[in-house]
Amino acid sequence: MSTPVLELSGISKTFGAVRALDEVDLHVQQGEVVALLGDNGAGKSTLVKVISGAHTADTGGAVVWDGRTVEITTPADAQRLGIATIYQDLALCDNLDIVANLFLGNEHLHFPGTLDEVEMERRAWELLRSLSVDIPDLRVPVASLSGGQRQIVAIARALLGEPRVVMLDEPTAALGVAQTAQVLDLIEQLRDQGLGVILISHNMADVRAVADRAAVLRLGRNAGDFPIAGTSYEEIVAAITGAADNPVTRRDGRQTAGAEESR
Amino acid sequence: MSRNTPVTDPPAPSEGDTGRRDPRLLDTAATPGGWWRAAKRKVRAGELGAAPVVIGLLLIALVFQLLNDRFLSPQNLSNLTVQIAAIGLMTTGVIVVLLLGEIDLSIGSVAGLSAAVLAVTVMRHGWPEWAGIAAALGTGLLVGLFHGFVFAKIGVPAFVVTLAGLLGWQGLHLWAMSPDGTINTRSEGLIASLTQTYFVPWIGWAVVLLVLALHLASTLTSEHRRRAAGLPHRSLAETVLRTALLAVPLAAGAWILNQHNGLPLAFLVFVGAVVTLDLVLRKTRYGRMIYAVGGNAEAARRAGINTVLIRISVFGIASTLAALGGVMLVSRNIAASTTTGGGQELMMAIAAAVIGGTSLFGGRGNAYSALLGGLVLGAITSGLLLLPNVDTSVRFMITAAVLLVAVIMDAASRRGRKTHARGGG
Ligand SMILES: Nc1ncnc2c1ncn2[C@@H]1O[C@H](COP(=O)(O)OP(=O)(O)O)[C@@H](O)[C@H]1O
Ligand SMILES: [Mg+2]
Repeated sequence: MSTPVLELSGISKTFGAVRALDEVDLHVQQGEVVALLGDNGAGKSTLVKVISGAHTADTGGAVVWDGRTVEITTPADAQRLGIATIYQDLALCDNLDIVANLFLGNEHLHFPGTLDEVEMERRAWELLRSLSVDIPDLRVPVASLSGGQRQIVAIARALLGEPRVVMLDEPTAALGVAQTAQVLDLIEQLRDQGLGVILISHNMADVRAVADRAAVLRLGRNAGDFPIAGTSYEEIVAAITGAADNPVTRRDGRQTAGAEESR
Repeated sequence: MSRNTPVTDPPAPSEGDTGRRDPRLLDTAATPGGWWRAAKRKVRAGELGAAPVVIGLLLIALVFQLLNDRFLSPQNLSNLTVQIAAIGLMTTGVIVVLLLGEIDLSIGSVAGLSAAVLAVTVMRHGWPEWAGIAAALGTGLLVGLFHGFVFAKIGVPAFVVTLAGLLGWQGLHLWAMSPDGTINTRSEGLIASLTQTYFVPWIGWAVVLLVLALHLASTLTSEHRRRAAGLPHRSLAETVLRTALLAVPLAAGAWILNQHNGLPLAFLVFVGAVVTLDLVLRKTRYGRMIYAVGGNAEAARRAGINTVLIRISVFGIASTLAALGGVMLVSRNIAASTTTGGGQELMMAIAAAVIGGTSLFGGRGNAYSALLGGLVLGAITSGLLLLPNVDTSVRFMITAAVLLVAVIMDAASRRGRKTHARGGG
């Protein structure tokens, strides 16, 4: 096993009287998809924001990047290291076309201040082709794209900075079946290209489809770290809810029993 | 899980690499039925661009020409281009603010203030006319930066800041003009020449040729670069054809204006401002940032765009253009008075922007809205003046109807885009 590209240890974050994160550990390797799981309020988004520099962690924890201890205090710090974050709201400008959205804030210029549209469009095609994404025209406003295509544009935009770790906060929450498959394909592709991926999702089917490992948070603490391959659905749910006897397993038990009776 | 699931059905192989548009969106335009379906879809999706206003303009011209055959006379059309210049410049400024998704209610008052500054500095204090014009424009710039600062930095809604400006700058304007009420300016000189200069015919033709040559050269280079980069590009024939299509209205305009006095300087200044703004908006990073802030300010901020600076500068541009409009008003009236800029200028400028096709909801529109919207309102005004027994009341009602149609189309197309977004796929 190689050393993790990103390793957090003992990360805490308090908001006033709320301890949102309590001595949390997390690591991700190159070419690995880590699912970050937990109930609502478990601290997943807070952890992602700490990693992306949107929040600063309390003192005491350590962030190790490529074996080197680093400090992430601003979003720019995280981007410089090579950490890209795709927030749930995507942050796209609906009125601008795909190329403009991809390069927003990082436009290629030729004369001072003037846009090099040709170069940007060429790079955009290159990037989307490398992701095996098929969007026929890059000059349509993002508003006219489907939810899945928008998600892909947001991901592609994050990849332009050539990150080594990509974090996605609930990328499939608003998507249909086909679009979800598309995004999951893309996540696998990032993994195959050697990126580390941290994926927040409530959808266990998605997690089982693409993740190599599940890191579970519960009430701001680590509540387990499972290889997806050798772990049952029930074990992960138990870790998320904190009890072997929980509403999900009870419900599942009823349904399997029902299914067997009707057979 | 299958890999490489296409996001959409694979596009039908297109003939060559001519189209930049989404092949899935492109109804086959080969048959009349396909053309009609494409048009209907565009109406619903709000992608009509300038087509409605151009058609509206042609209709207006047709109707007024039928009612009075002097409407399309070179003299009337020439006067029209000079009449729309002042408000047109104000409209150009309003458009930038509308692109941000904001509104500037103060432009009329700023134009009035600038007129007062010009008249007072030149006529009372004996400044050279160029210095008076510079002072008027500088006043506009400062006022706009102030509006922008209070809006972007302190967080007061632009609507309120500029409403205060509407009152406040008019107050300052009245104070500066007192006790005179009206200050006449010289009937000759730089100020007067702004609206009294007409260029001899060859200059009009030279301007047209220069514009066409620059347009052709720039599209040829960019299509060549696209081709070299392996991107979809237009064929040489299409590029030339498009320039030829642009040549038709330009040549017609030059020919008509040359039949009267020639190309008016005031119109050239107005169109020059429109073209400059268009280039800034479409070709520069600054323009891209304006659209981004107007489309999704939070996304722009996260992309590292200094939204505060963009907003302040946009209000600065708007008020400077309003001030230039004020200078044009003085030039045309050869006077500044307490009522300069205080009449319908504000309403007409905003109406022209919206009629021209710039959205009230931010992020959508272009500089040419000022020209198209200005021509529509100018044509209505001028056409009604040629009719007997028709007064301002009718003009207001017709203008209101046109404005309402434009706003309804804006709102409908916005709804169309919303329902079309996230659909399908
Ligand atoms: N900015 C904030 N201020 C105060 N409390 C916060 C803030 N952000 C998150 N929290 C609290 O931290 C806890 C974890 O929240 P969050 O990370 O959003 O959970 P999750 O994303 O796992 O649903 C919650 O109790 C939430 O109320
Ligand atoms: Mg969350």
